[in-house]
Amino acid sequence: MSEISKKNLTEIVDLIKNKEIKSEEVTQSFITNINNDKKLNSFITNCSEVAIKKAKDFDKNPKLDTLLPGIPIAVKDLFCTDGVKTTAGSKMLENFIPSYESTITNNLWNEGAFLLGKLNCDEYAMGSSNETSFFGNVMNPIAENTVPGGSSGGSASALAADLTPVTIGTDTGGSIRQPASFTGTVGLKPTYGLCSRWGIVAFASSLDQAGPMTKTVSDCALMLEAMAGFDEKDSTSINKKKESYSKNLTDNIKGLKIGIPKEYRVDGMPKEIDQLWENGKKILKDSGAEIIDISLPNTKYALPTYYIVAPAEASSNLARYDGVKYGFRSSKGNNLIEMYENTRSEGFGDEVKRRILIGTYVLSSGYYDAYYIKAQKVRQLIKNDFDESFKTVDAILTPSTPSAAFKIAEKKDDPISMYLNDIFTVPVNLAGIPAISIPAGTDNNNYPLGLQLIGKPLDEQKLLNIAYAAEKKINFKQTLERWWER
Amino acid sequence: MRNENSKYLIDGKKEKWEVVIGLEVHAQVISASKLFSGSSTKFGAEPNTQVSLVDSAFPGMLPVINQYCVQQAIKTGLGLNAKINTYSVFDRKNYFYADLPQGYQISQFKNPIVGEGEITLDLPEGTKKIGIERLHLEQDAGKSIHDLDPSSTYVDLNRSGVALMEIVSKPDLRSPDEVNAYVKKIRSIMRYLGTCDGNMQEGSLRADVNVSVRKEGDKELGTRCEIKNVNSIKFMQMAIVYEAQRQVGLLESGKPIAQETRLFDVKKNETRSMRSKEDAHDYRYFPDPDLLPLNLNKELIEKIKKNLPELPDQKKERFIKNYSLNAYEANVLVSEKEISDYFEEVIKTSDIKLAKNWIMGDLFASLNDKNISILQSPVTAKKMSQLVDSISSGVISGRTAKEVFEIMKETGEEPNKIIESKGLQQKSDPKELEGIIDKILADNKDKVEQFKSGKDKLFGFFVGQVMKISGGKANPQLVNEILNKKLK
Repeated sequence: MSEISKKNLTEIVDLIKNKEIKSEEVTQSFITNINNDKKLNSFITNCSEVAIKKAKDFDKNPKLDTLLPGIPIAVKDLFCTDGVKTTAGSKMLENFIPSYESTITNNLWNEGAFLLGKLNCDEYAMGSSNETSFFGNVMNPIAENTVPGGSSGGSASALAADLTPVTIGTDTGGSIRQPASFTGTVGLKPTYGLCSRWGIVAFASSLDQAGPMTKTVSDCALMLEAMAGFDEKDSTSINKKKESYSKNLTDNIKGLKIGIPKEYRVDGMPKEIDQLWENGKKILKDSGAEIIDISLPNTKYALPTYYIVAPAEASSNLARYDGVKYGFRSSKGNNLIEMYENTRSEGFGDEVKRRILIGTYVLSSGYYDAYYIKAQKVRQLIKNDFDESFKTVDAILTPSTPSAAFKIAEKKDDPISMYLNDIFTVPVNLAGIPAISIPAGTDNNNYPLGLQLIGKPLDEQKLLNIAYAAEKKINFKQTLERWWER
Repeated sequence: MRNENSKYLIDGKKEKWEVVIGLEVHAQVISASKLFSGSSTKFGAEPNTQVSLVDSAFPGMLPVINQYCVQQAIKTGLGLNAKINTYSVFDRKNYFYADLPQGYQISQFKNPIVGEGEITLDLPEGTKKIGIERLHLEQDAGKSIHDLDPSSTYVDLNRSGVALMEIVSKPDLRSPDEVNAYVKKIRSIMRYLGTCDGNMQEGSLRADVNVSVRKEGDKELGTRCEIKNVNSIKFMQMAIVYEAQRQVGLLESGKPIAQETRLFDVKKNETRSMRSKEDAHDYRYFPDPDLLPLNLNKELIEKIKKNLPELPDQKKERFIKNYSLNAYEANVLVSEKEISDYFEEVIKTSDIKLAKNWIMGDLFASLNDKNISILQSPVTAKKMSQLVDSISSGVISGRTAKEVFEIMKETGEEPNKIIESKGLQQKSDPKELEGIIDKILADNKDKVEQFKSGKDKLFGFFVGQVMKISGGKANPQLVNEILNKKLK
């Protein structure tokens, strides 16, 4: 494999800006890796041909004063891309080609990047192992037959396997951070409203947020800078000035206060995770930060709350996939109702149906107050917990996941155990605050484990700085066998 | 105040029954673009030509509120003397239908933009206040077209996402006539405000009608039925008459009323069950997470309030005070803004009393005959003014004016030109008239004698003779004067 593809984004951008390398060489190196992949199944749509053409165009007339000059990027197949199939991992949108470009991908292209391909994901981003995709499960490059996490599993897998220099995912309950943790990569879920949702296939509107998935924290800062920004087409977008996260990145975190929430120490958590967490504390302390024990008392309600709010919104968001206007339509049925029933029965997979059912149930009259309204109240309490903590600390350190990557099919038939994977990530989405997962160690299988840093709303810079300082000290190195090329 | 004797009651076989009616009026907002997208709202375009990605609910599309529609709702709320809620929330009303692309309608459920208000109806027996429960903003659905093809339904999404105001009355209406007055009043207020064109043929104004009955004197409300989507006042009245009779029939034979949604079948003039309460949709309302709650600032509301145009009630007061009209006349003239504008244009220069009579008499009759609005009338305000002036200045008589008007209403010609070309001017020259009269008196000496000996009725004979000879153009007032003098 090409050496170029091993490099991180920041390095490649520097090489291109210094004219030491051409976009075409960079693009070709990733395409070679994509073509050599026989097992990961991380791509749904390969855009190599167009990407090479774009790279050549760039090289002919290089515009270097951008953040991502001549960089090929594969993105999660939840972002609508103009003229390129966008499936959301579902049979329902198997052949759907949007006539529009999502704001986030458009922002990337405006910074000089271009599309390398569309990456596999759980169907409508519902899943924690990428096993719910209509296009088959994705393997984690760390070991054959392990899951890459989900729902941005294809993104994490492709990134870790050097099939794309960076990527973007979406995170509704941990869909960026958990796969990042599982694959030894960096994943950031920004503050709700920092990155536009326009043109992203919706799962749960009040929780969905796009974010970068990268090899390093510097790359993450650079990507966030390219992605973030106010969008008047998204009513929940935050109107604020753009920040220069990469320019302002520093590992000086002296005097910052880091909270350690006792509620994140859950029963049955593997020893390695405990150790990882302890190590994280030590590293931050060594970097000059102060470690403070805190309490987030409503943490235990986060997962049940999430599994009411997210399915409720999803049940409504997915009503538009009815076979009338676009996407899959069943050929069976003698009237409108039958057409709906057959289309949705055949077009959606089990996990999506499960969540639509849950969501429909919790919104039903007679149950609405007991479930949906109560969940909204608890959601507020969870947010209050964080607000309260942030009066005394600058950020919160937790493990990203309660375990490392598991085997394919291990949890497929046990939704509850699957949902428990998101126990540390879900509260962040409910509170609408930012969090980053960085690789921080391995378990006894040598599978990567991540640490999560949670920050105040719109405090991404500080979060990145802390992650940057930790990254330097942790010095996580992952050598992969590239078994998928065999 | 109302006269209690004029109550609308249904005579059942056993008792007298009172009808209780509440209306949910759906009024299409006048705005260039839709409630949550930039597509045009123009009526009558080719199917599916005014549809954005948002209106057709493509993946990843998000709604953005149209501020102008919000202002239109505030205006309407103020016109209904209602409370404007500075905090309101958009909810999703979930149901599946082919002309509802999102699978939900964005509406307002718990927190509407406008709260309680009140309007005054002018009824023959006096005025009556009708309570407004609320007004909320919502999206219209597209149109399913079932009659283009025997086996398929076509969907036109041009209307999908157009802004509607749903105005919910309190159950204060008691008769089909009150419903007529209520809908007309709401319509008139919105047309004055420019917030809804009220065009019922194009579906800009439709209503769901809630009907229940109770024994005269009862305080408790009966079980109601909701008649969906009635699109003319006449049909609303017909539906109410039928539905109230149906309910009375059931109750008097000891059967209960099932709370249900019914349809009005225009051809059969009956209401029919659409779905019962048990089959009622569970709309699973919840706040739309794609939209933030609507927070209105008080300054905006104040600004809109300051710039409100004169509304029908205020105009009516002014007309009564300034133009010495009676309440009935003022009501008729302010019922539509265009009519009041026409009236005020005419009386800028012309006699108020004559103008009023001509507008409410001959002009209205001609509009009715032709089924056109005052704006479409060939007799413009300017021409009407000319006609009135020619009467008050004595150029033509009232009778001749009718002749002139007959021509005007067909051709739109100027009255002065008609009078001149047809030589309709009155003979108002006293000498000329005296000549005619002298000759008549000379030719009818016997009648003059009879008149002088007390046969007063013969005065009419002499006038008639003058008119006959003058071809009807003699100024009647002058003829009277001269005759009186000569016959003394």
